[in-house]
Amino acid sequence: MVSSRRLGIAFAVICLVAAPACSRRKKPDTTPQPAPTIEAPAAVTPAPPPPRPGAQRVEDLQPTSPALSEDSVANRSLDELNRDSPLRPAFFVLDSSDLDEAGRSIVTGNVEVLKKYPQWVVTIEGHCDERGTAEYNLALGERRASAVKTYMVSLGIAPDRLRTVSYGKEFPFDQAHTEDAWSQNRRAHFVITAK
Amino acid sequence: MRRLRTHAVLLTILAGIAGLWSSPWPGAAVAAATGQNQTPAPSQQTEIELVIGAGDAGTPPRYAVPDFVAGSPDAAEIAKSIGQVLWDDLAFEREFYLIPRDTYSTIPPARSPEQVPFAAWRELGADAVFFGSVQKSGDKVVVQVRLFNVRTRQQVFSKEYSGTASNPRLYAHTVADEVHLQQRALRGVARTKLTFVSDRNKERLLGPVDNREVKEIYISDYDGANQRRITTTRQLNINPSWSPDAKAVAYSSYRNLTPQIFLSLIYQGVLENVTKNVGSNYMPVFSPDGTKLAFVSNRDGNTEIYVMNRDGSNVRRLTNHPAYESTPTWSPNGAQIAFTSDRSGKPQVYIMNAADGSNVRRLTVSESSADRATWSPAPFNEIAYAAQTGEWYDIKIHDLATGMVRQITFGEGSNESPAYSPNGKHLAFTSTRAGGLQVFTIGRDGRGLKQITRSGNNQTPAWSQ
Repeated sequence: MVSSRRLGIAFAVICLVAAPACSRRKKPDTTPQPAPTIEAPAAVTPAPPPPRPGAQRVEDLQPTSPALSEDSVANRSLDELNRDSPLRPAFFVLDSSDLDEAGRSIVTGNVEVLKKYPQWVVTIEGHCDERGTAEYNLALGERRASAVKTYMVSLGIAPDRLRTVSYGKEFPFDQAHTEDAWSQNRRAHFVITAK
Repeated sequence: MRRLRTHAVLLTILAGIAGLWSSPWPGAAVAAATGQNQTPAPSQQTEIELVIGAGDAGTPPRYAVPDFVAGSPDAAEIAKSIGQVLWDDLAFEREFYLIPRDTYSTIPPARSPEQVPFAAWRELGADAVFFGSVQKSGDKVVVQVRLFNVRTRQQVFSKEYSGTASNPRLYAHTVADEVHLQQRALRGVARTKLTFVSDRNKERLLGPVDNREVKEIYISDYDGANQRRITTTRQLNINPSWSPDAKAVAYSSYRNLTPQIFLSLIYQGVLENVTKNVGSNYMPVFSPDGTKLAFVSNRDGNTEIYVMNRDGSNVRRLTNHPAYESTPTWSPNGAQIAFTSDRSGKPQVYIMNAADGSNVRRLTVSESSADRATWSPAPFNEIAYAAQTGEWYDIKIHDLATGMVRQITFGEGSNESPAYSPNGKHLAFTSTRAGGLQVFTIGRDGRGLKQITRSGNNQTPAWSQ
């Protein structure tokens, strides 16, 4: 607890120094934005420019509040919780959505955390390695997330606290093209989405 | 662009449409009155042969596309661009043999249609030669194009286009499409577009997660020119596909956490959430008549194929199987849908009736794994898919009439997500052969490989009408 509190303060300091990079993670922008109108003629209409690295926007200048409470888990923001998450990812073997013994052990540990914080709602993300087509891996990621949800429900977590989403092979944890990277990428990742 | 197209269409109407002749080279001749051309042929013959044949039987006609003539120095760049792009467009369809442009240097450039040095072009082996000119006035240009039969010295095509100077490539694309239509009765792809997914902006995903880069939806011309982003969600966006009228792109976006199907009317800036946050929804594909979308959803607990109206109403489930069903693609008449299921243990391609999901039969019987089928447009009657070949994937095509399967990529990286061009002659696909993921196009005969994207990772192309 002490160490994570220190980490939280350290992170807040870093954020004050490098506010844009940190607070970019602040919250998902869930507001649908209309696609820009593309005007004819094409050649003179530049693509919307990407934000320059380091370019400061107004909302980037709001530093994240440091965590100062005694219960550094319960009182941390969702972003802080997920950055240093008490929920650990579970890994899968190639082309499988079955939780093996190691996977069940990790998910059981996560269930204990959720029982300690009964107000938390969690999204279970299913991820895959780059083998298999992009389309197949969306389905495989669904199965992985669903398998984890089913197991957590069997251990007593209410289904409405668990959401699932598949990212297929779109977000590898490790970008390398090696067996080691692939084993890291075949995973169920847990994101706390409400507390 | 639309303004230009309107002008071109207007002029086409004024000039009269030259008509269609379906004739295999070499040299089937069809006679037509000169009055159908905008400008009478200089020879003033009462009949001319509009389809240019080849000098040698059994070979494609040989075309030359010299630089267009600039009416003023400030038109020089546009003139040069149009000539080069026209050459590229005509070469892409491989209906003609395009004589390389660097061999034209010995031939004196013509300043007017009357000066075309036919004897010199004939010595070079040309069957057909263009004459083009560009007049520029402010931001307006007038492009005149003529096509001559070198042997008869007759003009077989003459058009004038006017519009803005901002996208010279579109004049060339329009000429290429009209010449393919007139000479080969072929619907060329020069004015079609691609849509695909790219992470080139290297923007970090919004949200409390590990290191993830956003993927946005892009569009480009068929040849990769004019690549532009159409989403700015800073989220994951995948599976783009065109509406049949090429005015809308449907795609799956994670902007509301779970993937939903959005319909973007790209020229109006209108965006609709079609699946309205019910479950996870992927891979929207328009029915050929544009009224419906087939898509994939887990809304009832398992990954299945559904059909809905374009506005999201009248959702109907087509598959009901404990395995997963995914990647729908419509037959050209809209009566059937091919899809992937792993009900046999591994992903394989199946076909069912689009109306009710009945009459399911397996298409791929000799692949270890097959995915992302794409049904060819007429006149071809075939289905392309990604087949597992060793550890990675290659594009194969299943001929529905004969049951024969042919492979068109051969182990250069992994090759996935094929998508047909609207004339069925080409496929766009994703490949790892150039490092990262990039979009390529290739002929349905496996020839003419062309890299379309180079910036960042680019994947899952779809080809507009």
